[in-house]
Amino acid sequence: MSADSIVMLRRNFKHTVRNPVTVFNAVLFPIVLMLMFVYVIGGAFNVGVTYIEYATPGMIILAICYGLSGTALAVNSDMTKGIINRFKVMDISRSAVLSAQVAVTVLRSLVAIAAILGVAFAIGFRSPASFPEWLGAIGIIVGVSFATSWITVALGLAAKTAESAALAIVPLILLPFLSSAIVPARTMAPGVRQFAEYQPFTPIIETLRGLLTGAPSASKAITAIAWCAGIALVGYLWSLNTFNKRA
Amino acid sequence: MDKVLVSVLMSVACQAGGGPGPESGPMSTSAIAASGLRKAYQDKVVLDGIDLDVETGTIFSLLGPNGAGKTTTVNVLTTLIRADGGTARVAGHDVATQTKAVRAAIGVTGQFAAVDELLTGQENLQLMADLNRLGPGEARRVAADLLERFDLTESARKLASTYSGGMRRKLDLAMTLVGRPEIIFLDEPTTGLDPRSRRTMWDIIRQLAADGVTIFLTTQYLDEADRLADRIAVLDQGHLVAQGTPAELKRQIPGSHVRLRFASDLGLDAALRLLPGSARDDQDDLILRVPGDGGVKSVRALLNQLDAQSIEVDEFSVHTPDLDDVFLALTGRASTKESAQ
Repeated sequence: MSADSIVMLRRNFKHTVRNPVTVFNAVLFPIVLMLMFVYVIGGAFNVGVTYIEYATPGMIILAICYGLSGTALAVNSDMTKGIINRFKVMDISRSAVLSAQVAVTVLRSLVAIAAILGVAFAIGFRSPASFPEWLGAIGIIVGVSFATSWITVALGLAAKTAESAALAIVPLILLPFLSSAIVPARTMAPGVRQFAEYQPFTPIIETLRGLLTGAPSASKAITAIAWCAGIALVGYLWSLNTFNKRA
Repeated sequence: MDKVLVSVLMSVACQAGGGPGPESGPMSTSAIAASGLRKAYQDKVVLDGIDLDVETGTIFSLLGPNGAGKTTTVNVLTTLIRADGGTARVAGHDVATQTKAVRAAIGVTGQFAAVDELLTGQENLQLMADLNRLGPGEARRVAADLLERFDLTESARKLASTYSGGMRRKLDLAMTLVGRPEIIFLDEPTTGLDPRSRRTMWDIIRQLAADGVTIFLTTQYLDEADRLADRIAVLDQGHLVAQGTPAELKRQIPGSHVRLRFASDLGLDAALRLLPGSARDDQDDLILRVPGDGGVKSVRALLNQLDAQSIEVDEFSVHTPDLDDVFLALTGRASTKESAQ
């Protein structure tokens, strides 16, 4: 990362810490959601294993997606409040503004996921995963967070107002619910089931689940990585394009 | 009357803009030199061939109403957008091909305060210092100096979101100054400020110019351009309709006249016969308008003439048109021209 990116990252980090809504959405809300699913709703589900064991990988992905709303709003407010023009006329790396947003989002996700895992272990989650499998899991988590962050940066850049920025990332937050995050796809109604089976989050969550339960599947992992790479690339190119267009 | 006015002003514009172009002219004294700048959005022409020449160390003001193309001009000169045609050099560097060098030389304070609201005043300046690669010691010193100079020391540790409009503008300008730019672009720096903050901003701008910084200022306020600028260019619908010093612009407007008030019709009639071209004022029967530039020589000659005929004058004043007259005359011309097309 360039020196400019690190300066920008420090700036974004201060923003996160000073914005309680971002911290709540990114860190606390996923924990609340997990406790709700494990203790209130999940008891009625029959997923073959204990629900906490099934749900933890899904909750990790949900935590990543909930963390994105803060990023979309931050990017949008930079664009609409004029400070972006200050950065653009300075002799600094233009992409630093964007890559710092991605970096802070990934770091925030890692904090949120550490918290989620901490709570998960505290309420009965156990993983037989080996050290390399844990590394793989962390890799997938960083990959998903990286890819969705770039898409979110693009959405935040493209949105005209804070409201539309918040609205634009709702699909990203909803997608994990329509995957195998909460319940297996095969239990869903026809139509939804096909959607759930083929949308990117299902192979991603299945890969993560496989790694955490010590039974990783190579084919799912390849699909998941391909999705992450594709989403990241589209988000990156879209972000740069929008950033250069909006003077 | 309008035609005369237009031709005179166009000749002023030509004198100012038609000089040596940026390629052939002496570059050393020009901080900003642009020729033939064009920019259109779809079929709407925003800049239609702008020629500018701003001497180093001077205050140059681009004056025009909303939508004239002022911000677009600033955006082109500050590398924010690319012109469709024409060339511009800022600090000797081409704005299209040497963007890095241009950006390193300039500072820009836009129409909307570009401060980070979630950072304190101090942190905003620190951010600029970090991006300008100042060492920690120097950064602290520069930030403290600027806070002091802009009277923001007390609020330095408060979030910028709590600042008033005037404070934000000051912080904005302070942030621009952290990088010690040689040329500063100020896009409507006082729009929306209360009179007191405007005055403070004016003082700051004058002080910067005194320190040798070149200032490119856009404004829609005539008095602002009049008070601050060494040279003014009047922009209307993407055209420069006049360029010159404030005094030059005002002098070029026909309509300078001396107003004489008489005690009675008798004196007025005598003067009317004596002075060619003089006319009664439309509003006041006892006032005579005598065309003239209001210079000391012509006024003395006029008064001597009246004295010689023993014509008693009660009151005497010189009316020079202010920039308002210039501006309205010019923009009026432009709008009639458009409707004629």
